[in-house]
Amino acid sequence: MINFIVEDRNGVQQPIEIPEGISLSLMEVLKGSDYPILATCGGMALCATCRVEVLKGLEQLPEPGDEELDILDTLPFVDESSRLSCQLRVNETLEGCLFRIPEED
Amino acid sequence: MITTDIGIIGAGPTGMFAVFEAGLLKMHCHLIDSLPQAGGQLSEIYPQKPIYDIPGYPAINAQELVDKLSEQIAPFHPGYTLGERVETLQKLDNGSWLIGTNEGTQISCKAVVIAGGLGCFEPRKPEVDRLAEFEGKGVMYAVRNPEMFRDRNIVIAGGGDSALDWTIFLANVAKKVTLVHRGDTFRGAPDAAEKVAELARTGAIDLVLKSRVVALDGAGHLEQVTITGPGGDNRNLQADNFIPLFGLSPKLGPIEDWGLNIDRSAIEVNTFDYSTNIDGIFAIGDINTYPGKLKLILCGFHEAALMAQSAFKYVYPDQRLTFKYTTVYGITELA
Ligand SMILES: Cc1cc2nc3c(=O)[nH]c(=O)nc-3n(C[C@H](O)[C@H](O)[C@H](O)COP(=O)(O)OP(=O)(O)OC[C@H]3O[C@@H](n4cnc5c(N)ncnc54)[C@H](O)[C@@H]3O)c2cc1C
Ligand code: FES
Repeated sequence: MINFIVEDRNGVQQPIEIPEGISLSLMEVLKGSDYPILATCGGMALCATCRVEVLKGLEQLPEPGDEELDILDTLPFVDESSRLSCQLRVNETLEGCLFRIPEED
Repeated sequence: MITTDIGIIGAGPTGMFAVFEAGLLKMHCHLIDSLPQAGGQLSEIYPQKPIYDIPGYPAINAQELVDKLSEQIAPFHPGYTLGERVETLQKLDNGSWLIGTNEGTQISCKAVVIAGGLGCFEPRKPEVDRLAEFEGKGVMYAVRNPEMFRDRNIVIAGGGDSALDWTIFLANVAKKVTLVHRGDTFRGAPDAAEKVAELARTGAIDLVLKSRVVALDGAGHLEQVTITGPGGDNRNLQADNFIPLFGLSPKLGPIEDWGLNIDRSAIEVNTFDYSTNIDGIFAIGDINTYPGKLKLILCGFHEAALMAQSAFKYVYPDQRLTFKYTTVYGITELA
């Protein structure tokens, strides 16, 4: 099992447990858990409406790829902790991470 | 005031195709969109991506599909109000509707079709102190008329294509252009990034990297911006205009306040004809919801066809509607 924590816009934290070997992105898990993220482009790294802030575990995640950096670079208030949840695969690299859903922009 | 049979809010593929379906039934339409161009998500988010699920087209680029839709509806001479957001919707005593935009345009129509997709695309706003206070008083989120920046001090923020392109363009117009970017490299179009670097080297613009605009100041009109650098050090810059260019993000916006039944940012409809809980208002495309809804262009087209039949009966209650194939009667231009 892969365990991580999600903090919603009200600061409420909830643990999430996902079986290993499931081919989903973090965006799909967040949508499936009814978090209010739009994910307009369906995970194509085009819309940035799936952005999360990584409050814990950033260093263990894979580096963002070019497509992800292209869109992150165009956003107003992102820093190194910002990631597109559609570009993060749910696997052992997410173990113990804490993700926050930021305010809508 | 503009007068028409059907006022269509949203010029995405669904709203555009609704013009065709209504046109076949000899109804005039007027399209309104907050974006400066028609095409909705296709033109705004993914113009160069191929689409594979449009019947008859094994593959077609999103922008090409929008262009073909424009061509297809041209014989029906739709009216367009682009670059204006619909704010108000009001029922008049004579039974018609009055659509009002943020620019004061008024459209009187017999029926309203909401084809608003994900909502209005609105500029992403950075967190900057007193930003809202200076909107329209020096702060703007798009460059519409470059001439208005002649001989002024301009600060642009952003790292995407439009920030780069406008920096290059305004370098020749404004007194001084400063581009502020949170990173230290520019991704996207390499030519534009190279040109900006060259302009900075020759002193034609000021490039402030790894920095952010954090506050604005001025008496009545913007006079100064505060920029924070990598070490947290602040400095003030004289500025007549601040132009944050961080792209657009969709918001349902005013549609929420019109008394329509809404479930999770989508309008509930009757699948018989995509009518809403308010008589004379229909909702088609990505903006509606019903059991089994799929957010696909194809589904928006289908909904437009069914909507048009009922809208005809609503607009012309005394006329008889007989269903005809376009192959039988062809497309007759509307005057
Ligand atoms: C990356 C991506 C790829 C996709 N690929 C496909 C695909 O291959 N096949 C497919 O079928 N679908 C695809 N889709 C989905 C498809 O784009 C949508 O289903 C389609 O755009 C819906 O059309 P629409 O006209 O209903 O809404 P939209 O395209 O969202 O257009 C709505 C318009 O309404 C305007 N608007 C809203 N509110 C107001 C207001 N108050 N005032 C003024 N204007 C307003 C908006 O500015 C917008 O332009 C894709 C979507 C994305 C993001
Ligand atoms: S869903 Fe659009 S960028 Fe992730």
